[in-house]
Amino acid sequence: MSLDKHEVERIAHLARLEIDPAAVPEYARNLSNILDLVDQLDAADTEGVEPMAHPLEARQRLREDVVTETDQRERFQAIAPQVEDGLYLVPRVIE
Amino acid sequence: MEWETVIGLEIHTQLATRSKIFSGAATAYGAAPNTQACAVDLGLPGVLPVLNKAVVEMAIRFGLAIEAQIAPLSVFARKNYFYPDLPKGYQISQYELPIVGLGRITIELEDGHSKVIGITRAHLEEDAGKSLHEDYHGMTGIDLNRAGTPLLEIVSEPDLRSPAEAVAYMKKIHALVRYLEISDGNMQEGSFRCDANVSVRPKGSHEFGTRTELKNINSFRFVEKAIEYEVERQIEILESGGAVVQETRLFDPDKGETRPMRSKEEAMDYRYFPDPDLLPVEITPEMIEKVRAEMPELPDAKRQRFMADHGLSEYDAGILTASRELADYFEAVARVAGDAKLAANWVMGELTGYLNRENLEIDQAKVSAERLGGLLKRILDNTISGKIAKEVFEAMWAGEGDADEIIERRGLKQITDTSALEAMVDEVIAANPKQVEQFRAGKEKVLGFFVGQIMKATQGKANPAQVNQLLREKLKGN
Amino acid sequence: MHDKNLTELAAGLRAGDFSSEELTRACLERIAAHDGELNSFITVDEERALEQAQAADRRLAAGEAGPLTGIPVAQKDIFCTDGVLTTCASRMLENFVAPYSATVVEKFDAAGAVMIGKTNMDEFAMGSSNETSYYGPVRNPWNPDTVPGGSSGGSAAAVAARLVPAATGTDTGGSIRQPAALCGVTGLKPTYGRVSRWGMIAFASSLDQGGPIARSAEDAALLLGVMAGFDERDSTAIDRPVPDYTATLDDDIRGLKIGLPKEYFGEGLEAGVARAVEAALDEYRRLGAEVVEISLPHTHLAVPAYYVVAPAECSSNLSRFDGVRFGHRCENPEDLEDLYKRSRGEGFGDEVKRRIMIGTYALSAGYYDAYYLKAQKVRRLIRDDFARAFEQVDVIMGPTTPSPAFRLGEKTDDPITMYLSDIYTIAVNLAGLPGLSLPAGFVDGLPVGLQIIGNDFEEARLLNVAHQYQQVTDHHKCIPSGFE
Repeated sequence: MSLDKHEVERIAHLARLEIDPAAVPEYARNLSNILDLVDQLDAADTEGVEPMAHPLEARQRLREDVVTETDQRERFQAIAPQVEDGLYLVPRVIE
Repeated sequence: MEWETVIGLEIHTQLATRSKIFSGAATAYGAAPNTQACAVDLGLPGVLPVLNKAVVEMAIRFGLAIEAQIAPLSVFARKNYFYPDLPKGYQISQYELPIVGLGRITIELEDGHSKVIGITRAHLEEDAGKSLHEDYHGMTGIDLNRAGTPLLEIVSEPDLRSPAEAVAYMKKIHALVRYLEISDGNMQEGSFRCDANVSVRPKGSHEFGTRTELKNINSFRFVEKAIEYEVERQIEILESGGAVVQETRLFDPDKGETRPMRSKEEAMDYRYFPDPDLLPVEITPEMIEKVRAEMPELPDAKRQRFMADHGLSEYDAGILTASRELADYFEAVARVAGDAKLAANWVMGELTGYLNRENLEIDQAKVSAERLGGLLKRILDNTISGKIAKEVFEAMWAGEGDADEIIERRGLKQITDTSALEAMVDEVIAANPKQVEQFRAGKEKVLGFFVGQIMKATQGKANPAQVNQLLREKLKGN
Repeated sequence: MHDKNLTELAAGLRAGDFSSEELTRACLERIAAHDGELNSFITVDEERALEQAQAADRRLAAGEAGPLTGIPVAQKDIFCTDGVLTTCASRMLENFVAPYSATVVEKFDAAGAVMIGKTNMDEFAMGSSNETSYYGPVRNPWNPDTVPGGSSGGSAAAVAARLVPAATGTDTGGSIRQPAALCGVTGLKPTYGRVSRWGMIAFASSLDQGGPIARSAEDAALLLGVMAGFDERDSTAIDRPVPDYTATLDDDIRGLKIGLPKEYFGEGLEAGVARAVEAALDEYRRLGAEVVEISLPHTHLAVPAYYVVAPAECSSNLSRFDGVRFGHRCENPEDLEDLYKRSRGEGFGDEVKRRIMIGTYALSAGYYDAYYLKAQKVRRLIRDDFARAFEQVDVIMGPTTPSPAFRLGEKTDDPITMYLSDIYTIAVNLAGLPGLSLPAGFVDGLPVGLQIIGNDFEEARLLNVAHQYQQVTDHHKCIPSGFE
């Protein structure tokens, strides 16, 4: 599988990554090589094999419905890039 | 051409848990911004989700109520997209294996018919935060208190054929989640909201037309209006030879119209995959039985019971079970009063009248069920008449105390002293020989005139039945 | 003091031969003297370390000390440390002072260990050479022109150079075992779910596992005893008692059945490494073990499956780094999209971006079944291979890496060659099994690692088997020149 420039740009947009236009061909080459490696999976016979999402066949544990967390806004917002009145600020969102 | 409307609803209902679906932060509404957003809700690096047991039990409860399959194994998946109110860049939801499978619910239509609506699935997911668009130097503020609040998303089949059906369905689900005590259903606070998928097709066609998705509608009225507008818009497009564009639209309640949603313009590629931080949720038959045993009575069962036990008509039983709060109120009144029919009449009559006049919900009624029951008791034991009872009710509504206090204070107790009444009857008969004549000549209606005279003289405090009896005796006698 | 193992250090502290403060100062001095060259630490928090050391000394004096009380330990900079910079070796987290500690860090704190600092690593643990770090590459103490391996390269180099007695690492595709092999130390990746992932910044959630990097199996046993255990904050942590890993170290291994996967000795394995592994196997035979050939037929699919599963999970896990609530934010974003794209574009390095893009692609509409689902199925085939093997043998052995440490810059231009340096370690993560690498000799002055793979939750057996070898060999005691 080889990716062209357009495809690299589409993926970068989907992943919200700015890529230097000059670096796009290099990305296209590297990503295509990785996909070639990955394409070896095609040869595997997986007929009737159950996909495995987790190494262990464990089941989800359930938490009791209890409030355990206290307000730590000050602590958490001390590391935030931009806050005001307890809100995180971002460039204007248009719905 | 005649068009048929096809509607499917996706209802998001917040589950009434104390803590969030994947964290121990509180879910209470109205806290200061970001004070109920813990590290997990904020999606800080290295944090992990753990599933809240109550959320699973509530979903099972809902599944049982709509006679659905509860998945023995269900899986949480990540829905990936970037949005500032979505802290992790993905929403934990369910995709391929939702907790509740195919179910159904019956809605009652205005023409008296009922219709079964299919429910494709109901799945658990986390709510997002809120964007506050008030101007912060041209920026948007993000409050993540709501992020991680549990949601049950209830997806209907495209079985609804009109805005009215959509509203009836939404109301039915609304009543159900409140009955089940899995959601407070508060629409102002956004605890209950829906997206509507709307399309039209030529009547008789079996293919679906291109649909649009109307996002985030948070009232019954808006659902109706938004769908009405959208149906008209689509028909107009089609009739002028155009094609409906599949898109997400937003309803603007002020303008009463829908418009395309800018943030959803690009085709979304959500890249769903099973969340590796969570394991498959196993629901055993034992868990289901435990939930079943704790299930509250459902509306339909309650209606049947009201008819059988209280002797109510289907219509009355239907009204009184429309919401759990109303049904509970009625039952409490009936229990205190000891007469279900009288209780039903008062709840549907006087009480509902007062509520409507002041635009109040049943849980905001200014007369408690206990007090109303106490009032009815006084009618039943002949302390007051039904007419006086209305006066007492008005005073109770105005906050003047309970029925007995008001009756006492205002001296509204019926005159049941036979000798006092007899004297009054004698007096009235003596004063109106002409009417006596007429009665004796067989004009029964005149009896009403005599009753009225007595009531006037006693300011309504005479017992009407007793007055009637005495009058008949005296008039016929002599 | 830097030449003592954990047991000796603990004994010295208890005997009062030296205090934790003295020991900590000695470590700090060694770091000051040598780390300019190695670059194995991103953060050294001297003040905090000394405070912890003094607290440990009080605990020692009160007779309330555990086996690790007062002992300096370095944390890989992927573990969140409350109040201390936690960068994941990324510009994205250059300013991230974690507001909580990882469970692993809390456990070391509770044990009275001294957190000496945060070690360098590949950015977000994505790399096999430590060259993707925003803080620059780490050098291998055995030869500064070579890489220490990755992603836990800083931890492995610091332990190998005796800057610190022990360190933590994380292993998603070999990130503990491969650097341990390349630096000549002992590293253990526990069974998936054995060590809590809470507060450990996620790369690929279904593969990541924290574990110890130490000078010997005996030291690793002590460390794992502290790190392992159930954690109700991690849904994937397994609720299962933690054995005393030191109690079985001396068990006799006569009759042990060792499986050698023939697929691990084929093309690509350097002759010198093969010879060292053969020699180690001879040692095991002398210890009474039986060596049999086995087959893990889907081995060749491990790297391809990994490069779907790991990037897919990472593409989603790293979406939270968006410049909104913490971490790097670009200057003057024009709009929301610009905020996201530039913050992430500037904050992440090339390898991280590559993996996010591969994962995004593999999960995107139309490709999910061909890539992600297919990889999940292959993952089961790989696990089934191991399950069959463990019906015949007690442990599996082979080389940890196909070659000893390679030169800095040698593979940076070719991601694929770099990926193949994890060819023997990756399958273990896909299967969720425990794996250990221990020093098994040298090729041209560079260490060679022997990998031992165990069945689920058989860490105690791996440590026992490794310890028995270390009782009769000295490779783990060798110190790189210049660091003696």
